[in-house]
Amino acid sequence: MVEPLVHVEGLKKYFPAGGFLKKVWVKAVDGISFDILEGETLGLVGESGCGKTTTGRLILRLIKPTAGKVLFAGKDVTRLRGKELKAFRREANIVFQDPYTSLDPRQTVFNIIMEPLKTHGIQVDDPEGFVTKLLYEVGLNETHLYRYPHEFSGGQRQRIAIARILALRPKFIVLDEPTSALDVSVQAQILNMLKELQKKYGLTYLFISHNLGVVRYMSNRIAVMYLGKIVEIAPAKTLFENPLHPYTKALLASIPVPDPEAARAKPKIQITGEPPSPINPPPGCRFAPRCPYAKDLCRQKEPKLKEVEHNHFVACWLY
Amino acid sequence: MSSPQFREPLIEVKDLYVYFYTYAGVVKAIEDMTFTIYKGEKFCMVGETGCGKSVTSRALANIVPSPGRIVKGKVIYYRDGKPINILELSEEQLREIRGKEIAYIVQDPSSALDPLYTIGYQIVETMIDHYTVKDWKEGYKRAVELLREVLMPDPEQRIKNYPHELSGGQRQRAVISIGLSNMPRLLIADEPTSSLDVTVQAQLLELLRRLVREHGLTLFLITHDMGVVAEMCDRVAVLYAGNIVELAPVDEIFKNPKHPYTMGLLRAVPNPQADIEKLEPIPGTIPNLIYPPPGCRFHPRCPFARDVCKREKPPLVEVGPGHYVRCWLHAE
Ligand SMILES: Nc1ncnc2c1ncn2[C@@H]1O[C@H](COP(=O)(O)OP(=O)(O)OP(=O)(O)O)[C@@H](O)[C@H]1O
Ligand SMILES: Nc1ncnc2c1ncn2[C@@H]1O[C@H](COP(=O)(O)OP(=O)(O)O)[C@@H](O)[C@H]1O
Ligand code: SF4
Ligand code: SF4
Ligand SMILES: [Mg+2]
Ligand SMILES: [Mg+2]
Repeated sequence: MVEPLVHVEGLKKYFPAGGFLKKVWVKAVDGISFDILEGETLGLVGESGCGKTTTGRLILRLIKPTAGKVLFAGKDVTRLRGKELKAFRREANIVFQDPYTSLDPRQTVFNIIMEPLKTHGIQVDDPEGFVTKLLYEVGLNETHLYRYPHEFSGGQRQRIAIARILALRPKFIVLDEPTSALDVSVQAQILNMLKELQKKYGLTYLFISHNLGVVRYMSNRIAVMYLGKIVEIAPAKTLFENPLHPYTKALLASIPVPDPEAARAKPKIQITGEPPSPINPPPGCRFAPRCPYAKDLCRQKEPKLKEVEHNHFVACWLY
Repeated sequence: MSSPQFREPLIEVKDLYVYFYTYAGVVKAIEDMTFTIYKGEKFCMVGETGCGKSVTSRALANIVPSPGRIVKGKVIYYRDGKPINILELSEEQLREIRGKEIAYIVQDPSSALDPLYTIGYQIVETMIDHYTVKDWKEGYKRAVELLREVLMPDPEQRIKNYPHELSGGQRQRAVISIGLSNMPRLLIADEPTSSLDVTVQAQLLELLRRLVREHGLTLFLITHDMGVVAEMCDRVAVLYAGNIVELAPVDEIFKNPKHPYTMGLLRAVPNPQADIEKLEPIPGTIPNLIYPPPGCRFHPRCPFARDVCKREKPPLVEVGPGHYVRCWLHAE
C-alpha cells in the first residue's frame, strides 16, 4: 500500500457570517476525509460555493481549520513551525484561477519567478539562466524575461504562475480552476503542459474545477463535493461510467456533451432548484431537498462516506 | 439553406463590418459577415473570447456601443414578411422593435436588472412600455404567469423581490421572463448560462428549448461551449477573429468539420463522455484585431497554411447543402 502524500481527516472550516444577535456560520467545509497518493491527480469537482477552494487553502495551511487534520508526508500541517513550515511552503503550493490578479503587475517576469527563491533564501549561480530554463519548461523563452504581466495573454500568465512555483521544486500543487479563465484552444495547451510537468517531476496534484470534461482528462481519481461535503470518490473512469450518488448522476446528466447525437440520446434526469446556502445547510443528507430518491431517513440522519465497491466511496443511504 | 423545416428568413445579415475606433487603433471586430437566421430555428454562434459574437448580436439590434461603429452592411428584418433594414430605422422605430419583437438576454443577469426596483415592477414596465397589457394590475397577473413559465419557484412571492434577493439562476430566470414578456419573435441570448452552475444551466437550456418549441420563437444563441452548441442548435456559425469561418447544420459541424479551426476546436475540448489520452491543442493565441494577420486570419496557427493563405483572404463558399467554409483548401 502506497503511503498517501496528503491525508485529510474530518476537516472543517466554518466562517463567521454577519449575524447580528445570533452568531451564524458559513459551513464552507464540513467534515471531509480523503487521501491523495504520491504522483496522482485527485480531481475535486462541485458547483460554485461548495467548498473546493476552501479545501485547497486548508490543505496548504493558508487558512486555519475549525476542526480536523491534514497530514503532509505524515506530518500534521497545522502543527508545523519554523523550519518545517518553511520546508512545507516550498513543497506545497497553489495556482489560482485568475491569471490577471495573481501576478504582481509592477514586476518583470524575471523578478516574479525569482521572488519565491529570495523568500526562501535559496541561491542560484546563474539566475538568468535558471529562469530562462524554467520559462522553456512552460513554453516561454528568454525574450519574455524582462516583460511585465500586462503584456501577456491569460494563458501565458498562467504559464508564468506555474514557472514561479516550479522554481521551488515542489512536490504537491493545488491547481484551483487553472484554466477556467482561458479559451478552449489555450486551455488544452495548459492542461497538456501540466500533465507533462507532472510526469517529468513526479508531481502530485489536487485539481479543482467545475468543468467535468477537464477534470476527467486530468484526474486519476475524482472527489465530488456538495455543500461542504464529499459525496463520492472514485477512479475517474468509474465515476463517469458508473456514478452512484444521485447528485453525481445529476451533475453528469447536466453537462452539455459536445456531440449532437449523444446529446439527443442523453437521459434527461434533471434536478430542480439550486444548491441551498451553506449558512443553514439542511439536516441529514444535504442533497435531500433536491434528491428524487429522498426518504425520511435521508432528512434525519446524515449518510457517511462508505466504500461500496473497491476504491469507490459514496455517502448515500441508497447504498 | 437550412434543414427543410426552416425556410422563411427572419433576419438576413449582409456584408456587415463593425469597427471600434480606440486610442490604440482601429479594432476590426467584424468583417465581411453574412448569414441568415430562419424563422423558428435555433441558430448558434460559437467562438473564443473576442472573436466578435457579442458585437454581432448587438449589431442585429443596432446597439453597438461606442467607440464602435457599423461601417458597412445591412441587417434585414422580415416584419410580417416585409423586409426592413434595421440599420436604417429611426430611434423611435427601433424602440418599437427592440424589447418587443427582438428581445436580448445577456450573460450577466445582474447588469440587466435595475437593483432599485422589484423584478415584478421591471417585468410589468416592459409590457406597459410596449402596450402588451392595459394596466399595472393586469401586468402583475401576467408577470406571475411569466415567472411560473420560466420555472421560478414561488412566483407570487418573487415578484416582490429585489434582484439582490435572488440567486444567480433566479435572476437569469427573471431576465428571461422580461425578454419573453412581449412575446418576441427573435430571442437573442448572449451566453445566457455562462455564469451559472451546470445543473442550473441544464434547467435553463431546457427552458429555452421548450419556449422555442411551444411559442414558435426563433433563438439566436451565443456561446463559447461546443457542448451547448451540440445540445441546443439547429445550425451553427463558427467565428474566428471577426469572421465566420464555417457555417453548417449542427450535425455537419460535428461529424464533418471542414475548416482547420473548427477541427482544431473540436479536438481541443475535453469530452466528458470519453477517455482521452491526449488533447490536441491549437498552437498559438488569438490575434489582435487592430493588426489582424493578412490573408486568412487563422494562418499563423494553421497546420495547413500555404502561400496564398498569407496573402489573400479566402471567400465563404458553399461546399455541401447549407455547409459554408472560408478556407483556401475548399475554395477551388
Ligand atoms: N467597447 C469596445 N471598445 C473597443 N473594442 C471593443 C469594444 N467592444 C468589443 N471590442 C472588440 O471587438 C472584438 C469583438 O468583441 P466581442 O465582445 O464581440 O467578443 P465576444 O466574441 O463576444 O467575446 P466573449 O466570448 O469574450 O464575450 C474584440 O476584439 C473586442 O476587443
Ligand atoms: N473568507 C471567507 N469568509 C466567509 N465565507 C467564505 C470565505 N471563503 C469562502 N467562504 C464561503 O464558503 C463557501 C465555500 O467557498 P469556496 O471554497 O470558495 O467554494 P468553491 O471554491 O467551491 O466555489 C462559500 O459559501 C463561500 O461564500
Ligand atoms: S442519502 Fe437520500 S437524499 Fe441523500 S442522496 Fe442518497 S437518497 Fe438522496
Ligand atoms: S485558408 Fe489556409 S490558413 Fe486559412 S484555414 Fe484554410 S488552409 Fe488554413
Ligand atoms: Mg473556488
Ligand atoms: Mg461576448
